[in-house]
Amino acid sequence: MKPFVYILLFLGMLTFIPQSGNAQCKNFAKKVCKLELAPYVHDGNFNAAILTEGEDAELFKTFYAGQEYRIAVCGSESLSNVEFIIMDVDRRVLYTNAKDNYKLTWDFKVEATQQLIILVKVPSGNNDEAELSSGCVAIMFGLKTN
Amino acid sequence: MINGPKRYSCKIPILVLLVAMLACKSEKPKDESIKVTEDELMADTAATKSLQSVKQIFYSLPSPLETALILKRSGAVYDEEILNPVENISHYNTSKAMALNLGIYSTDLSYASLFDQTQATVKLMTASKKMAEGLGILNAIDNSVIQRLEENVNNRDVIMETISETLLNTNSILEEDERVALGSIILVGGWVEGLYIATSLVDDLNKVDNELVDRIADQKLSLGTVLNLLNQNIDNKDVKEVYDDMVDLKSIYDQVQISASEVDVIPDKQSKVTTLRSKNVITVNPEVFKKLKTKVRELRNKYTA
Repeated sequence: MKPFVYILLFLGMLTFIPQSGNAQCKNFAKKVCKLELAPYVHDGNFNAAILTEGEDAELFKTFYAGQEYRIAVCGSESLSNVEFIIMDVDRRVLYTNAKDNYKLTWDFKVEATQQLIILVKVPSGNNDEAELSSGCVAIMFGLKTN
Repeated sequence: MINGPKRYSCKIPILVLLVAMLACKSEKPKDESIKVTEDELMADTAATKSLQSVKQIFYSLPSPLETALILKRSGAVYDEEILNPVENISHYNTSKAMALNLGIYSTDLSYASLFDQTQATVKLMTASKKMAEGLGILNAIDNSVIQRLEENVNNRDVIMETISETLLNTNSILEEDERVALGSIILVGGWVEGLYIATSLVDDLNKVDNELVDRIADQKLSLGTVLNLLNQNIDNKDVKEVYDDMVDLKSIYDQVQISASEVDVIPDKQSKVTTLRSKNVITVNPEVFKKLKTKVRELRNKYTA
């Protein structure tokens, strides 16, 4: 009987883990990170995932001439000082918030339409490697509307 | 959108941990300690380090709201005739058709709202709501959203904020439900509609200073993102069909030339808005533009039929 209970518990946890992570990220993006975009209007896209210390993520997006943008990169409480680096397609660094006191937002406009790469790095903490923290990281874009 | 196969990379160690826990419980007495050799410890450390370098990839397309803003800034005018009639909603009975047209109506309503076409905005939001309901995204657009639009017909900021909220709801609910393939089709539907509106509004390519033509050519860059985004779920039949359509479109965009100069970063201490200064040289010959316009119309007609 016991192994059957463990299997049920195991399957139940597998089902629950991704959904709880996603729900956590959805709420974090909507209720915390989106506020950083004001007074810019959020573009409506959802880019968020659970990241673990030491992991990084890249986002590819085309930015259009004449449009002013605000990027907000936020990590949930369990992650500290999430770094974001803006690079051109040749991976030349244009901005890093590490040199800007780990600011959560950056406002910019492009004179010519171009694709940029946003590299997000979750630093390794001082914890024992066996206890890596995970948390939600959201990358959100605001649009200037006037 | 998030790279499917790598999205739950943190699940793997948890899974391994759970399996290990089960194995320990069923096969070993509680007080038995596990002896780890130095070699095993080093191997574990190496495995942890390799997990730490896992990279997740996001491909972000211009949202319907961004597309509408770009259209307006480029000098587009409002033409209700080119929008997908809301009466067409009864034609869309499959997930693929509903997803494409949810994207299409979302772009149409963003476009209408920016030109203060409030009646059209409310009608198109209602059409979007029906498509979302058909896809089982019940909470993305509820009746309070329609009511808020109706109560704020003269307040463009509230209308745009409301549209932004519904787009975020739709995208995040699909992500939460692990229906990212469907989410990618919605985004591509919205992107194609933006391209359709833009190409429909350009009649005279010989007009030299046509910003709208430049923005249409710029979509060559976003098309790369479209293909990468769809490719993440290419094993889904509906996604594969849309992907093949986009490959056809790419064969025309390959004839559009864009050469870009290096980027200079110009910070502005007063406004705190940094300018990324560069210049693109775009070459689109009229024949290629005509082929592009025809192809976009063909795809859009196929999706809205």
